[in-house]
Amino acid sequence: MADTATAPDPAPASPGPEPRRLAVRKTYKLYVGGAFPRSESGRSIPVNSAEGAHLAHAARASRKDARDAVVAARAAFGPWAARTAQLRGQILYRIAEMMEGRHAHFVQETVDAQGVSEATAQDIVSAAIDRWVYYAGWTDKIAQVLGTSNPVSGPFENSSAPQPTGVVAVLAPQDSPLLGLVSVVAPVIAAGNTAIVVASERAPLPAIALAEALATSDLPGGVVNILTGRTAEIAPTLAAHADVNALDLSGAGDLATELESAAAATLTRVLRREPSPDWHALPGLARITPFLETKTVWQAVGR
Amino acid sequence: MSDRPRPTPRPAPHPGPDSPSTPAATATATARPASASGALVYAPAPESRAVVSLRPAYGLFIDGEFTEPGEQTMTTVNPADEEALAEVATATEADLDRAVAAARRAFDGVWSRTSPSERGKYLYRISRIIQDRARELAVLESLDNGKPIKETRDVDIPLAAAHFFYYAGWADKLPFALPGVPAPRPLGVAAQVIPWNFPLLMLAWKIAPALAAGNTVVLKPAETTPLTALVFAEICQEAGLPPGVVNIVTGAGATGRALVAHPGVDKVAFTGSTGVGREIARTVAGTRKRVTLELGGKGANIVYADAALDQAVEGIVTGIFFNQGHVCCAGSRLLVQESVAEEVLHRLKERMARLRLGDPLDKNTDIGAVNSSAQLARIQDLARTGREEGGEEWSPSCELPSRGYWFAPTVFTGITQAHRIAREEIFGPVLSVLTFRTPQEAVEKANNTPYGLSAGIWSEKGSRVLWTADRLRAGVIWANTFNKFDPASPFGGYRESGYGREGGRHGLEAYLNG
Repeated sequence: MADTATAPDPAPASPGPEPRRLAVRKTYKLYVGGAFPRSESGRSIPVNSAEGAHLAHAARASRKDARDAVVAARAAFGPWAARTAQLRGQILYRIAEMMEGRHAHFVQETVDAQGVSEATAQDIVSAAIDRWVYYAGWTDKIAQVLGTSNPVSGPFENSSAPQPTGVVAVLAPQDSPLLGLVSVVAPVIAAGNTAIVVASERAPLPAIALAEALATSDLPGGVVNILTGRTAEIAPTLAAHADVNALDLSGAGDLATELESAAAATLTRVLRREPSPDWHALPGLARITPFLETKTVWQAVGR
Repeated sequence: MSDRPRPTPRPAPHPGPDSPSTPAATATATARPASASGALVYAPAPESRAVVSLRPAYGLFIDGEFTEPGEQTMTTVNPADEEALAEVATATEADLDRAVAAARRAFDGVWSRTSPSERGKYLYRISRIIQDRARELAVLESLDNGKPIKETRDVDIPLAAAHFFYYAGWADKLPFALPGVPAPRPLGVAAQVIPWNFPLLMLAWKIAPALAAGNTVVLKPAETTPLTALVFAEICQEAGLPPGVVNIVTGAGATGRALVAHPGVDKVAFTGSTGVGREIARTVAGTRKRVTLELGGKGANIVYADAALDQAVEGIVTGIFFNQGHVCCAGSRLLVQESVAEEVLHRLKERMARLRLGDPLDKNTDIGAVNSSAQLARIQDLARTGREEGGEEWSPSCELPSRGYWFAPTVFTGITQAHRIAREEIFGPVLSVLTFRTPQEAVEKANNTPYGLSAGIWSEKGSRVLWTADRLRAGVIWANTFNKFDPASPFGGYRESGYGREGGRHGLEAYLNG
């Protein structure tokens, strides 16, 4: 190497500006169990901007990738549900902090994915960050709002408390690839569930940008797993999977009925899609309660 | 301390009841530094003071700015060595007028127009900055209050940060806070007066829910512990909190009285003695001010014969010696079932002999300094009364530092419900021991007090714990634990321990109108 460094340039540089540095492009991969694997199938799908320009290749997850994601989500569920609600809140807030630091990156992804103006993209990204903050505040209040002390007739203490249902498969909204995505994922994990998310099929790249923020935000691996690819290919596997406890059909489109029907086999809880959701509106508990169980404990009272 | 004479020197690698002495243990003990009597001596492990930079004098924090200290000042001292720490302004009535006016302007002009989620984000910022400056605040709190660094580091400061984090999350969820109230409204300007026993934590208990609900505040820290509140004022500046939302006015009792009586405040929140609480209740009578009072206590710690005794002993120690017993919810009356009383007392004394009293900044210290000479005099006075009334006093052999305000951990036995030390709040490391035979008797004795703040129950039988808890007239009941606090958990008392609750969803009620 020393030779070439000291040797005179054989071809004198032509006059004109220095060639621009060639950008290093990012490979968009899946996010499963805290790692960023390619699809085991080796397949990808081309992703175009809203204007139709080629942006990148995204991994095209297979049914096997979906099953692997269920395994990762199940493994993460126990420890995540066992964390104190306050700590889950701290971690969700940390996600907001990490997204804020990548604000410009998310704006660019949103402009590319949705074809909106930069100002609109700023609003979308800000709303997505604030959505994490909103759900960070819910983690330790869900039980305070939904729990009850039940005055049963007899010498018993009787109380009911909400518990996470378990592993939730989330079909993210197709037309709101960042704000819609955050709006469906955050409530699921705020309550202590873990998630397998199928990103918007047409605009999956903001979901991978989100995964990069999640991976640096103290969120344990496997709590959120993000798959890109064809919804129609992956969703039926998740809907019918016996180790999936609940299913959010937000991005299911025409598949919704078929998936709900498949979910019935193991009585997987189903959250049906809203006809035209307003992702900017504050959601309250509407997206939290569908993924909760109620546990009632009777305790005998007596000397 | 802990140099109580013993037949055999033993190592005490961790605090806990004695294990049987063994030759090996004795050999280990002789290989280590030991006091004259043979007890293990720890090397000093002081936390550095370098993290704290004190100004010589502090003004008031009004409308987002510190005022000049002015001519009327008071000196705040380190109770562990009586060293002067800083001069602090004494707020005059004119100062209070300006502070209340600033809070009113901020309420009308900024804070009530700030969106709930943005209000919450300010509180999240404050929580994060408290976490960032945690060690500085912990050291400063120990210096100003006298409490051990391990308590400020592990309890006061993390809980203060957690309190802001918790209430930050409520700011945009207020429609869920009060059943049947879909759009609750803030009250306006809150006057808040806090005690010296948990200075920053009590500030957090007051300010976090008030701000989350949309109120602005004028807060007066205690005369002897103003410093962390003044650092908190800096934190408000760092967080970019709009001027006037939080105002900190320092001073003594007269300042507090004037603040509570100020016609410009909509809400009064006080934590402190029952005597002052009564006075405040009289002051606000006939006004439209809302009031919450968190006052004294004489908590019963009930130990049933079936309790896990070692754990119960730890709980008794935590209950009365945590924070030198300067805790309104302290378990200052031990009610122990007669059949295990002797055994519990034996183990308790063994455990107390291993408590380490001394430099609050030493990381091994269990018991720090009493906060002020006035409080020390009150503790000494009540202890003297206990002796005069026939109580049997016991303390581990314990060398008290020559400077500062100190009181050794103390147990009184032979106490009945008629003794003053079993009835009056001592607010110091003094435990009164009574016995009982039946659960019914335990409950009757526990409830035989004008207070009703806290109680503890120690039993391995769940149904008995619940039976007892049902019958205790106290706002906070700990079963098989004691002195646990959490921002999600409501806190407050029955009867003369005050009214209203702080913490949890219930803590918002005090700052909202339906």
